[in-house]
Amino acid sequence: MAIIDPVIEITGLTTRFGSHIIHENIDLTVYKGEILALVGGSGSGKTTLLRQMLGLVTPAQGSVRILGARRYDCGREEQRKLRTRSGVLFQQGALFSALTVFENVALPLREMRTLCEGTIRELVMLKLGMVGVEVQHARKMPAELSGGMVKRIALARALALDPELLFLDEPTAGLDPALSEGFVDLVRSLREELALTVIMVTHDLDTLVAISDRVAVLADRRIVALGPIPEIITIDHPFITAFFGGMRGRNALRALQQH
Amino acid sequence: MPSDLAAGNNSRYRLVTTAAGDTLLQLTGSFTLTSLDRSFPTVTKELAKLASQSDASSLHWDLTDISQLDYAGAVMLWRIWGEQRPAHLLLRPEQERMFLRLEKSVSLPEQPRRILFLPISMLGKQLLRFLDHLTGMITLSGQIVLDLFFLMTHPGRIPAREISANLYRTGAQALGITAVVGFLIGIVLSYLTSEQLHMFGADIYIVNILGMSIIRELGPMLAAILVAGRSGSAMTAQLGVMRVTEELDALTVMGIPHSMRLVLPKIIGLGIALPLIVLWTSAIALLGGLVAAELQIGLSIHYALTALPDTVPIANLWLGLGKGMVCGMTIALIACHFGLRIKPNTESLGEGTTNSVVTSITAVILIDAIFAVAFSNIGIRIAS
Repeated sequence: MAIIDPVIEITGLTTRFGSHIIHENIDLTVYKGEILALVGGSGSGKTTLLRQMLGLVTPAQGSVRILGARRYDCGREEQRKLRTRSGVLFQQGALFSALTVFENVALPLREMRTLCEGTIRELVMLKLGMVGVEVQHARKMPAELSGGMVKRIALARALALDPELLFLDEPTAGLDPALSEGFVDLVRSLREELALTVIMVTHDLDTLVAISDRVAVLADRRIVALGPIPEIITIDHPFITAFFGGMRGRNALRALQQH
Repeated sequence: MPSDLAAGNNSRYRLVTTAAGDTLLQLTGSFTLTSLDRSFPTVTKELAKLASQSDASSLHWDLTDISQLDYAGAVMLWRIWGEQRPAHLLLRPEQERMFLRLEKSVSLPEQPRRILFLPISMLGKQLLRFLDHLTGMITLSGQIVLDLFFLMTHPGRIPAREISANLYRTGAQALGITAVVGFLIGIVLSYLTSEQLHMFGADIYIVNILGMSIIRELGPMLAAILVAGRSGSAMTAQLGVMRVTEELDALTVMGIPHSMRLVLPKIIGLGIALPLIVLWTSAIALLGGLVAAELQIGLSIHYALTALPDTVPIANLWLGLGKGMVCGMTIALIACHFGLRIKPNTESLGEGTTNSVVTSITAVILIDAIFAVAFSNIGIRIAS
C-alpha cells in the first residue's frame, strides 16, 4: 500500500451504551483502493463501528472523517453528497420489500432528481448485469427471491451511484460456499473495475483470506492488530490464535499459501 | 457554487476543427454523477444538441482527456450516441471496458399490459378475493371449534396464560379510552335531547332516551368500534410481524398449532373482555348523560337512577352484553384471519391491518343490524 489519500480516518473513538463500554480510543485509517476487513468476536462491536462510519450511530467521543468530511457535524448538503459517494450492503440485504428489484436499484438514482427515466433504466439494468442478475428477475418482488439473489441485488443497489466507498456487513453470511465464492469474485472484479474502497465486516475466514488487503482485529474494546493476514497471524493474542489457529483457520491459510 | 458549476459546464468540452476538416469534440474534466450533480441535465442537453447539429459521420468524439468517468457519465454519452458507438471514437482502455459492458447490457422488457376488460376482470378478482376470504374465515372458525372440542377433553392444555394476557391487553388497557369517549358521547346526547324534551315539558323522559339508547345501542357499538380499531389492528399486526420474522413457522415446527395458541386465546379473551367493556362504557356514558341533564335541565341524578330500572327493561342490558360478546369474538376472528394471511413484506402488513380494521368495523355494524331485526320485540316497552 503506497501512501495515498486516506478515505476514512477514525481518531480517538469511544463508544458507550449506558455504562457498557464497547470501544475505547480506537484509531483506524482506511486508504483509497484497499479492502479492509473488520473481524472480532461476537459482541466486540464490529457492526457498531461500521454503523458509526455510516453515521447511523454517534460515538461518545472521537471523530470519524469520511472522504475528508466530518461524518457527524457537516451541513445537510455535504451529508447528502457524502451519502451519494458511499454504498452499503446490509447483512440481510435490507431491500425495500414493497418495491420490485428494478425499483429497489432505481431508488437511489431517482433520489438524485437529475437523471431522466431512460438513463435510470439503462443504469439499473447495467448494475443488475454487473452483479449477474438476469433480466427476468427485474420485475420480481424481494420476497420471491433466494438469499443469494437478495444479496446480489442489494449489492447492485449499493453500487447504483458508482460510489467510491463500499461498506459490506457480513457479505457472505447465509450463502452456500459456491455462492459466497461467487460473491467474493464479484466483489474482487468490481473493485478492480470501479476502483472501490471496501470496508467489510465478516466472520468468514475464506472470504477474509480471499479478498482482504488488510485486516483489523477488534478485541478488548480496541483494535489489537492491523495489517495483512500473514502479519496478523504472527501476533500472539488469544482471540487471534483462536480465530486463525482453529481447524478452519488453518485450512483457509493453507489455501492462501498455495496461491 | 452555481457560478462555479456554470463555468464547469462550459469547460467540459472543446470543439476543435482538425486539419482534415473534421470536427473534434474533446470532452474534459470529470463526468461522474457526483461531480455533475445538478448540472447533469444541462450538460446532457448541450452535448445532445452538439451531436445533433453536426454530421454524425464527421464528428469525432475524444474521451481520452476525461479525468473521471463513471457509469452514469458513460450512460449519458451512450444515450446521446443513440445506444451505439459513434463512427469515430477515441477511448482509454478502462473506458473501453465500460462501454463494452454497456453494449452487453440488456434492456428491461416492457411489462405486458392487459387493459382490455379491466373493469370486468377487476370485479371478478374482487369477487374471488371476497369468496376466498369467506372460505378462509369459515375454515378458521371451524378449526377453532375443533380446538375447543379438543380442549374440552384435554383441559390441561387450555392456554390460560395467553387468555389472561389477552384479557389484560384488550380489556383492562382499553378502559381509559372507552371511558373518555363514552362520557363525552353521553354528554352530547343528553344536551341535544334534553332541550327538546324540555320544550314539551317532558323532562323526565330523558331517562328513557338515555337509558334505552345507551344501554341497548350506543354503549355496545362505541365499545365494539373502539376495540375493533384498537385491538383488532394490534392483533393483525402482531400475527403479521410474526409471519415476517418466521415466528409462525417456528411455532409450527415445535408442534404448536397457531389456531390453538394464537387465535383461540384472542377470540376467547376478546369474547370475555368486550361485554365487560360494553358494561363499563354504557355505565360511563349514562353517567355523562345524567350529569349533563342535571346541569342543563336540573334533573336530579338520584331520581334518574331510581327511575332507570322501571323505564329500561333488563333485557336491553343482556342484549347489549350479548352483542358485545358476539362482536368481540368476530373482531378477534377477523383480525386473526387477516393477520395469518399477511405476506412477508411491509406493504402487505399495512394492507392487511387496514383491511382487518375496516372489515371488523363493518362486521360490527352488520351484527348490530342483525340483532336489531332479530330482537325487535324484546326489551322495548310499547306504550299502550
